[in-house]
Amino acid sequence: MSAPARRAAMLVAIVAALAIGAAFLKRSDVYLLTLTMVYLMATFGLNLTVGYAGQMSLGQAAFFGIGAYVAAIALKAGVPFLAVMPIAAVACFVIGLALGFPALRVQHHYLAFATLGFNVLVYLILRNEEQVTGGTYGISAIPRPTILGVSFEGHLAYFHFTLASLVALGALLWWLLRSPWGRAFAALRDNPIRAESLGVNITAYTLLAFAIGAACAGVGGVYYASLVEFIEPGPFHFSTSLMMLLAVIIGGSGRFYGPVVGTIIIILLPELLRGSSHEALKFMQKWYLVFFGLAVVALMVWLPGGIVSLADRFRRRSTS
Amino acid sequence: MTATPSLLDVKDIRKAYGAIRAVDGVSFSVRPGEIVGVIGPNGSGKTTLFNSILGQIRPTSGSVEFSGEDITGMSPLELARRGIGRTFQTLQVFGGLSVRDNLIAAAQEFSGTMPGRLFAKPDAGLGQRADEMIELFRLKHVAHLPAGSLSYGQQKLIDIAMAFMAAPRLVLLDEPCAGVNPGLVDQLRELLVQLNRTQGGSFVVIEHNMGFIMRLCPHVICMVEGKVLAEGKPAAVQSNPAVLEAYLGN
Repeated sequence: MSAPARRAAMLVAIVAALAIGAAFLKRSDVYLLTLTMVYLMATFGLNLTVGYAGQMSLGQAAFFGIGAYVAAIALKAGVPFLAVMPIAAVACFVIGLALGFPALRVQHHYLAFATLGFNVLVYLILRNEEQVTGGTYGISAIPRPTILGVSFEGHLAYFHFTLASLVALGALLWWLLRSPWGRAFAALRDNPIRAESLGVNITAYTLLAFAIGAACAGVGGVYYASLVEFIEPGPFHFSTSLMMLLAVIIGGSGRFYGPVVGTIIIILLPELLRGSSHEALKFMQKWYLVFFGLAVVALMVWLPGGIVSLADRFRRRSTS
Repeated sequence: MTATPSLLDVKDIRKAYGAIRAVDGVSFSVRPGEIVGVIGPNGSGKTTLFNSILGQIRPTSGSVEFSGEDITGMSPLELARRGIGRTFQTLQVFGGLSVRDNLIAAAQEFSGTMPGRLFAKPDAGLGQRADEMIELFRLKHVAHLPAGSLSYGQQKLIDIAMAFMAAPRLVLLDEPCAGVNPGLVDQLRELLVQLNRTQGGSFVVIEHNMGFIMRLCPHVICMVEGKVLAEGKPAAVQSNPAVLEAYLGN
């Protein structure tokens, strides 16, 4: 069996195990898994912007929030879920395009602050425009989808629906990154001056990197709103953008599975530790943040390519 | 009999930084299929001239015509689309991409439309061309390794191969031999001669390696203090007393 076929088989097995195994989990654990997958939609998009196209962004939570609020308002107004998803994705794509313009002028930490400013702006709008967003009271009773007469109201049904959607989004991004566009994004990241001299339209690809990444976060926001059924501005604060960026970097920026590993570590692991009643984990519950902080520092020093790059390191060692 | 029309016409290019004239009224032409060498001591304005031609900087005055079209001040992207390739003085490869992907990336943007490329094959139909270039530049054993992980010499070869991948009509090479070992210099010269024969492209080469320039270029321009000091056949330029004085002093 070839390496790509082996990887595909492993992926199918993991997805199948998740789909079947969820039925045997507690309701709260299924919720956590669904939440992790929802955040993964956003970090997948951020990985395209940051990891593949090399554009710094600290505004991903803003798009996550825009998607969530678009979904909350539209779903409560009776717009079908299948229509809400593209509306939120297109809205975030267009705003993402606009946010990409500063990236044409500034890079690195300057761009990070420009995007962070955007996140703060969106957060303030969500908090202060009470008539539309509900302000700090938020929007409650957000319905879960019913598609072609099939209800995804139940926690397990919604988990399966989110899992299927995540696989579809992942497949779409995989195809995009394997296309010539993916190579152009990498060229933009590695050497924009050379890329331009070879005909790569760096303006278009920079804007697209932001827009596609933003659209993914918007889709994640739609699923988030339906999952939690109540939204308020808090989860869309720029600290969430930092957390998403950390997930991408810890997992492996510019690696397809990097955000998967990173998001599990950032979202799922702390919650599992917090919720665990196992004696051995009690100690970790108290000291988790300390260990986590130290682990991040160590990782950035010794494994700057992220956890996924460990596989390369072992492969190089075994061939040398 | 009419003379072959020029591919590139550089007319009275000037570039000043305040009172300093980095390029001071340089004119020359390149005919289709011709290889022109540009030599000169450090600081003589060669790279500034290149950057003025290639849209990296805007010249203070003068014009550049390519196939009769005024291309003065056009962006590198617009020049690339017209069939003008270049290499830079320093290494410029895509370090995170494999050697093969570097070569494909160097040409993929010249075929089809941008939306069309999204639905194109992953290798953009350039796999065979990339493999030919890999074979020509003797990079087969490293073709699937990230370019950034290779030696300086190997990256230099990739850098140059990328400039030729889309078969441009004109390539401007800025010090292709810089930092390259003598064995590779000969290999580079042979490759450029072969590419000139097979692709029929025109080259302008900036270089400090005299042996390389003298054997590669039938026409040589010597620049000093932003001006053309001498031009003509390599032997004539090399033995020109003004050129000798510029390099060696009185």
